[in-house]
Amino acid sequence: MHSVVCIKQVPDSAQIRVHPVTNTIMRQGVPAIINPYDLFALEEALRLKDRFGGTVTVVTMGPPMAEAALRKCLSYGADDAILVSDRSFAGSDTLVTSYALTATLRKIMESMPVDLIFTGKQTIDGDTAQVGPGIAKRLDYQLLTYVSKIVDVDLEHREIRVERRAEGGVQLLKTTLPCLITMLEGTNEMRFGDLDDLFRAARYELKVWDRTVIGIEDPETVGVKGSPTVVSKVFAPRPRSQRAEIIDLQDDSPKNLASTLLARMFTQHPKLEREIAKRAR
Amino acid sequence: MAEKFDVIVVGAGMAGNAAAYTLAKGGLNVLQIERGETPGSKNVQGAILYADAIEKIIPDFRDEAPLERHLIEQRVWVLDDSSYIGTHYRSEAFNQEPYNRYTIIRAHFDQWFNKKAREAGALTICETTVSELLLDGKKVIGVRTDRKGGEIYADAVILADGVNSRLAVKAGFHAEIQPRDVALAVKEIHFLPQETIEARFNIGEEEGVVIEMAGKISAGMMGTGFLYTNKESITLGVGCMLSDFKQQKVTPYALLDRMKSHPSIAPLIAGSEMKEYAAHLIPEGGYNAIPQVWGDGWLIAGDAGQFVNGIHREGSNLAMTTGMLAAQTLVELKQAGKPFTAGNLAKYKRKLDDSFVMKDLKKYRRMPDIFHKNKQFFTTYPELLSKAAQTLIRVDGVDKKTKEKSIKQSFVAARSRLGLIGDAFRFWRAVE
Ligand SMILES: Cc1cc2nc3c(=O)[nH]c(=O)nc-3n(C[C@H](O)[C@H](O)[C@H](O)COP(=O)(O)OP(=O)(O)OC[C@H]3O[C@@H](n4cnc5c(N)ncnc54)[C@H](O)[C@@H]3O)c2cc1C
Repeated sequence: MHSVVCIKQVPDSAQIRVHPVTNTIMRQGVPAIINPYDLFALEEALRLKDRFGGTVTVVTMGPPMAEAALRKCLSYGADDAILVSDRSFAGSDTLVTSYALTATLRKIMESMPVDLIFTGKQTIDGDTAQVGPGIAKRLDYQLLTYVSKIVDVDLEHREIRVERRAEGGVQLLKTTLPCLITMLEGTNEMRFGDLDDLFRAARYELKVWDRTVIGIEDPETVGVKGSPTVVSKVFAPRPRSQRAEIIDLQDDSPKNLASTLLARMFTQHPKLEREIAKRAR
Repeated sequence: MAEKFDVIVVGAGMAGNAAAYTLAKGGLNVLQIERGETPGSKNVQGAILYADAIEKIIPDFRDEAPLERHLIEQRVWVLDDSSYIGTHYRSEAFNQEPYNRYTIIRAHFDQWFNKKAREAGALTICETTVSELLLDGKKVIGVRTDRKGGEIYADAVILADGVNSRLAVKAGFHAEIQPRDVALAVKEIHFLPQETIEARFNIGEEEGVVIEMAGKISAGMMGTGFLYTNKESITLGVGCMLSDFKQQKVTPYALLDRMKSHPSIAPLIAGSEMKEYAAHLIPEGGYNAIPQVWGDGWLIAGDAGQFVNGIHREGSNLAMTTGMLAAQTLVELKQAGKPFTAGNLAKYKRKLDDSFVMKDLKKYRRMPDIFHKNKQFFTTYPELLSKAAQTLIRVDGVDKKTKEKSIKQSFVAARSRLGLIGDAFRFWRAVE
């Protein structure tokens, strides 16, 4: 069984801040991590490998520094890693990203057929959840989003059954292979790789594929030029100007407290007082 | 399948990276093991980088290393509760390249330094803790890690695992470190826009300022405080001897909070956003606390060997230098075809003795003990100094002679004539 896991290196959003003066996102010094949702996808692929054997390939499209994310995936136990990197990709939106990743997957399939493609449910820096479905559509694969559990895989009949978290309940779905799965968070726990995996990851000769390797001839179809999405503005939400008021409650009878509270409320919201008075009448 | 290396380096801090880099450059097959997620992720230094030590290892480090600001001004403040008295030294000489001291963020610097070691040929694995040394009799033959299949063999192991080196204690190389030999330091990084920092400290785009602090900020304990300017943040912290914390029952963060609200410090960090809080031990036992740092198949470098010059706030440079010297010892022996026996590794000790590391530590060998026993240096004197300055500077109709007399009296009243002479002597002995 061959699973391909698409991952992304993202800035650790817990540590991102917006410049107080210029309102731009300050990326400098923010550590890069593997998009946390993608780790659930990778672990699920590794578990399938434990059960059925086969290969797990990890792919990312990103700048050269994304190498670190791929090596980390190898240290968890992935077999192969491919970095798709090209200057012309800079500024790609989700449409172009799914286009380039699809081209990459086609290239992978030339040497080994793919049974399952995994992605995380979304990234923490874009939050679009569009790339996985985009790839499935382009490859004409079955698409299973927000999967919480892989129930079983029948390799002989090329079928898979999964649980999918939907609003108000869990769906049990069955479909045919090959398919694309976007994994929900909290569904498994990433393993602690063996020493051998670590050594292999540290020594692994990473495959770096540029645009022409994956067969995209026209640079105008990728990057900023190929991306119809326009980010017109980025801004930090304005913190609420009104702060909660803390009232000292010591040594007062409940009755007094209640009337103090009401009095305060009514001074701030005279309309409310009128309303209540009207109804009381 | 257990692998075998020429050398295993435990830790990817300053000492470990210097060692791994030097070993790899020397053609040895080296494995470096770090327990943090990335090199530097566990390291808490202030931090000032002294160019000299890294320059000896990577001469052109300035071209690529992540450096924050070069330092052009040093302030030394002695504080009481509401004032400071001190000196500021700023010089254009510090603005001439090559610069001498820089502020750095350890997490960034260590990653760069480790990358250089890997480029030189070292293999680094992270998120892996060395749980113990593998011994054959007294000889170290490898390490055991917390990973599955976790034993790895080597002809020698360099312990660069930082201040609280559990491994050496577990292997019986030296006793537990004592609370009176380590300081507990807490520090925070406060974010401020670059322009604000430059305006508050009156500095240009790349320039930086250090404030070293002593006096009542340590609440009567043996300790000091510091404040460094980074590019877009300010690092500040305070550290005191662990034994004093234990005795006085003051919490480190309460101490830091007090320091931040000091009227001389609060305006410097006003309006900032706290980014990071960390606590870490610093070896402060000095020369007399240094254990045996070599043996059959093992060497100790950096904080793990207590190599810190407390009074000058030098640690990272001693770590780098000792890491480099340990590695050079192994490279030279390997080239000469000699085994890594305790006898042959004693060469490391000779290298240490010949370097500034041991010379400086020896010079200040009495200091920790004297300061432990004479807390007046941290309590009485700062107050006396501040009062003296106050008396002299305030114009209030009292004649100058009377003022001088009252200052003299305040000193004598606090410490007695003999006490003052004794203190002067003790202070001189400490730094002689
Ligand atoms: C608040 C503070 C401010 C300081 N300011 C300065 C300053 O301005 N200038 C200066 O020169 N020095 C300063 N120092 C001292 C300086 O930080 C240290 O001297 C220096 O970091 C020592 O380097 P090292 O490599 O020996 O240890 P460390 O930098 O502590 O590195 C040890 C490494 O080993 C790893 N490790 C530990 N145990 C294991 C294990 N069992 N298995 C695997 N890995 C392990 C740790 O994760 C760590 O990365 C400061 C220290 C502190 C705490």
